[in-house]
Amino acid sequence: MLPSRLPRQAPYALALLLLVPALHLWVPEGSPLHLSDFILTLTGKILCYAVVAVAMDLIWGFGGILSLGHGLFFALGGYAFGMYLMREIGHDGSYHADLPDFMVFLDWKTLPWYWQGSAHFAWAALLVVVVPAAVAAVFGFFAFRSRIRGVYFSIITQALTYAAMLLFFRNETGFGGNNGFTDFKRVLEFPITSPQTRSVLFVLSGLLLAGTLWLTAWLTRSRFGRVLAAVRDAESRAMFLGYRPQDYKLTAWVISAVLCGLAGALYVPQVGIINPGEMSPANSIEIAIWVAVGGRGTLIGPVLGAFIVNLAKTVFTSYFPDYWLFFLGALFVAVTLYLPEGVLGLAARVRAVRDRRAAAAGAPS
Amino acid sequence: MPSESIVGSAVPATTAATAATSGAAGDALGSRMLQPGLDTSHHVVLYLDAISVSFDGFKALNALSLTVDVGELRCIIGPNGAGKTTMMDVITGKTRPDSGSAFFGQTLDLTRMSEPQIATAGIGRKFQKPTVFEQHSVFENLELAMSGPRSPWATLLARLDSASRDLIAATLERIRLARHADRPAGLLSHGQKQWLEIGMLLIQQPRLLLLDEPVAGMTDEETERTAELFLSLAGEHSLVVVEHDMAFIGALGGKVTVLHEGAVLAEGALDAVQADPRVIEVYLGR
Repeated sequence: MLPSRLPRQAPYALALLLLVPALHLWVPEGSPLHLSDFILTLTGKILCYAVVAVAMDLIWGFGGILSLGHGLFFALGGYAFGMYLMREIGHDGSYHADLPDFMVFLDWKTLPWYWQGSAHFAWAALLVVVVPAAVAAVFGFFAFRSRIRGVYFSIITQALTYAAMLLFFRNETGFGGNNGFTDFKRVLEFPITSPQTRSVLFVLSGLLLAGTLWLTAWLTRSRFGRVLAAVRDAESRAMFLGYRPQDYKLTAWVISAVLCGLAGALYVPQVGIINPGEMSPANSIEIAIWVAVGGRGTLIGPVLGAFIVNLAKTVFTSYFPDYWLFFLGALFVAVTLYLPEGVLGLAARVRAVRDRRAAAAGAPS
Repeated sequence: MPSESIVGSAVPATTAATAATSGAAGDALGSRMLQPGLDTSHHVVLYLDAISVSFDGFKALNALSLTVDVGELRCIIGPNGAGKTTMMDVITGKTRPDSGSAFFGQTLDLTRMSEPQIATAGIGRKFQKPTVFEQHSVFENLELAMSGPRSPWATLLARLDSASRDLIAATLERIRLARHADRPAGLLSHGQKQWLEIGMLLIQQPRLLLLDEPVAGMTDEETERTAELFLSLAGEHSLVVVEHDMAFIGALGGKVTVLHEGAVLAEGALDAVQADPRVIEVYLGR
């Protein structure tokens, strides 16, 4: 069933989505209401992370598949769009050459075959979707067909993203080695760091998040979603009813990967860099933590989780940079032990206690 | 899999005759019951012939032969290790026999069909331990079990039409869970879960129902209700019930097959079987 009715918070969310860039663009600097570049970019970045968190929740919360390699799909989308951004630099790079700077540095004379077409936005947009989808489809096809589940699946996804990271670290791979892509100048001919471009990217990230939430709501509230949850809870029973679990897992898996790719593509122009570090295992684990903190199996929980953890990360890494990973680890342990259903689960519990108190107070003794 | 590969018998398929001979009740549950491809023109729904299965040298089934007629309610008893569960596994495609043949109707070779194919062809199995989808409501459990296209794309676009709603409502009545339709299945009592699982089989309109210890853990009253339910199903469906509860088997009153060491030891009415000295020896002799 299509979620035909918008949630009642939707107008506020939309207003907020427009208010943030408005405060950046039209409120003069120096005014207390002005939002800086930093805040705008940070929020836009977290919106992209929130998309990844919801995509993760689709397969983990609703499908019971814990991926510890989702950073790979995010990075692939980022790299696919980054190729286009590199070509948009044109002759404005340090070497003023036809080729991207890193290729000149490596003394390459021509573009590798897989860079063909990357100068076209439409081709880049296509790659952003197709590359993560193809990688996810091939990996998922074999993994789900072989009935790899649980922790084994998680470990393999972790290995996959790690292997990809090592591959992308190599200069010969043709994606800028450990420096990745950076020094972007333009996107669709617009200067990439102008307040207007930043604002548009911010709004697009918000719209992508809204679209992701809508899609996930649709998927999980349809019979498809009920089968997916049935596979999560009792796979052999679902199989016995005639459903092929691997088809459901693979569908959710590929959709999730594509959403991550799109988020990566919007993330890269906002932060201005993509490098193999995005594929590091720790990044992928962090995605799982966002979802766990917010509340698995809910729609809005992962969004909350992405914001809570990343805002905390911003504060922590500026004041106590050495302790962030300890804090992250402690947070994960605490959430697992005390908040198995995340922040949203806590809110529900608080509400239940309050209702019970109210009922007890209201009842005649 | 191409359809030829599952048609292994030389008996000509007379699917059209199935409609005339199945003798199904004409209610909401019965009208969708006919499965294309199932040929029961000889009034037999299940043939097992000389089935042998061994696990690491242990013969779980030893040349087991058994036939079940259309609409029959058959009870299977036997001491632990007699091969009852293995027999169910062979029928549902979970275990492949080392030798022997297993046919569903005249033409469907069960030894060559996959588990989902067998389920779709019209054999439903209830496991010993009730496994319902605990997080889903009772209604949703039945919705998921209902026959229909099983691909992700189909379920994404699926909407419940009124015929399906009626079918679910009829099934809910039949398994006495109409009042609990919106409750999560995990909150049901043990007996209710068993009924829900039976309902999940029924809603697929199976021709043959395999029920493994359906009244285990039920209260006396629930057991009685279950016997009533099964008696109302016989005729419309064929049932194979594995049970240890002799009172329950007595209440069902059908033919009883005693398995022992992977083969049929005795077959007949419960009284006759219970009086059989070989059966007494197997149950009491050691």
